[in-house]
Amino acid sequence: MTTYYTKDHEWLAVEGATATVGITNYAQNALGDVVFADVPAAGTVVAKGKEAAVVESVKAASDVYSPVSGTVIEANAALADDPALVNTDPEGAGWFFKLTLSDPSELDGLMDAAAYQALVATL
Amino acid sequence: MADSAETVLNLPLDALHRRLGARMVAFAGYAMPIQYDGEFGGIIAEHLWTRSHAGLFDVSHMGQVLVPLAQDKALEALLPGDITGLATGALRYSLLLDAAGGILDDLMVTRRGEDLYLVVNGAVKAADIAHLRSAGITCDYRDDWALLALQGPEAVAVMERLVPGVSELRFMRSGGFDWQGVPLWISRSGYTGEDGVEISAPAAAVGALAEALLAHPEVKPIGLGARDSLRLEAGLPLYGHDLDPGTNPIEAGLAFAISKRRKLEGGFPGAAVIIDQLHNGAARKRVGLAVDGKLPAREGAPVFAGDRAVGTVTSGGFAPSLGAPIAMAYVATDCATDGTPLEIEVRGKRLMARVVPMPFKAKNYVRA
Repeated sequence: MTTYYTKDHEWLAVEGATATVGITNYAQNALGDVVFADVPAAGTVVAKGKEAAVVESVKAASDVYSPVSGTVIEANAALADDPALVNTDPEGAGWFFKLTLSDPSELDGLMDAAAYQALVATL
Repeated sequence: MADSAETVLNLPLDALHRRLGARMVAFAGYAMPIQYDGEFGGIIAEHLWTRSHAGLFDVSHMGQVLVPLAQDKALEALLPGDITGLATGALRYSLLLDAAGGILDDLMVTRRGEDLYLVVNGAVKAADIAHLRSAGITCDYRDDWALLALQGPEAVAVMERLVPGVSELRFMRSGGFDWQGVPLWISRSGYTGEDGVEISAPAAAVGALAEALLAHPEVKPIGLGARDSLRLEAGLPLYGHDLDPGTNPIEAGLAFAISKRRKLEGGFPGAAVIIDQLHNGAARKRVGLAVDGKLPAREGAPVFAGDRAVGTVTSGGFAPSLGAPIAMAYVATDCATDGTPLEIEVRGKRLMARVVPMPFKAKNYVRA
């Protein structure tokens, strides 16, 4: 499994042709207490860089962009009952959705963990 | 929120907020703490701390203005409250109104021995002062004073330890006190629905006062984020969101701010419209909405009764003490009765909601 990151603070863990998407620890910390996550249902077609989910903190709603194009195969049902998983385990149990990649070459433009940490260090 | 892209000024407690781990945002032209980091920080934790202990809020962005006592009649001509009949030391919630009865600001007016002490919203304080001055009122704008709020069930006990005698103040009463040689003006009032005090202090001394309050284990610093969620649960409107010149006191559910004598005598801006609506009703009303599910409905979301658009959400979000989303909205009066089922549209989805009485969370004022 390889994990990639976007400049918009999403992560993407790729295993073969499928990947899991969530927001990074930096993102959840910046958002504050998450009270709702609006995640796409299985079958939803998402496009790289386009709105795929919405995360609601106490203060505001924020878009989550899909790091790659593909078709959603599973939404994280656990977030409906416990949206705070996004705060407590953003890069684990707080994942948003899984998808099948339609164009694996899109991964080339994403950051690895070291590059992403370097980006966060500048913020 | 009324963020300003213009020059952002620092308030007297700026360094203290940053040392306490505040996330600072621009609000009403000032850098203000939205929330604090750390074990007790975060909007939900700060909100719940205030409901169970005591929260310290820096609200020094608000405008503190003194008006000579002899101008009480002139002030009454701009608002619907009874100011001439207010007891010395008493404070009253009131509304600056335009000629059509639209709300220019909401404010607190305290009648003191020598003057009237006004606390107005930060985002509109310059406009308020200009409005008062254009009516011939002398305004002494005290930007050399800071303003703190200590709110929560343990707030008054903590304040009493620092300043003996404060606990004898009744709700909506105030007085002058001395703390280690520093003159304070303390009111038993607030914007959270909890018991507590608001403290006006010289800017030069407010840092020491804030640190003395924070030294008590009951007290944590609370940011603007929790201030907003606390006031929303308490059903208290926020100027610029739930109130603006396009709303009037009757629509806003603030008829209590029109004092009995003023209802009879009129003589305030928009009196004809407002007194008519007081007796015959307004076309729309500010209501509380309990929202099903967990998805918050926010400011601007349209409200429907079936296919009919009946109003708009003016404030909304997650209520930490209730664990559910709540909202305030203006809706057509025929949809404003408690229990009326309505729908709110959020990102193309219809959320089920129903009209409920405000406050959403019972107030804990100590009226003694």
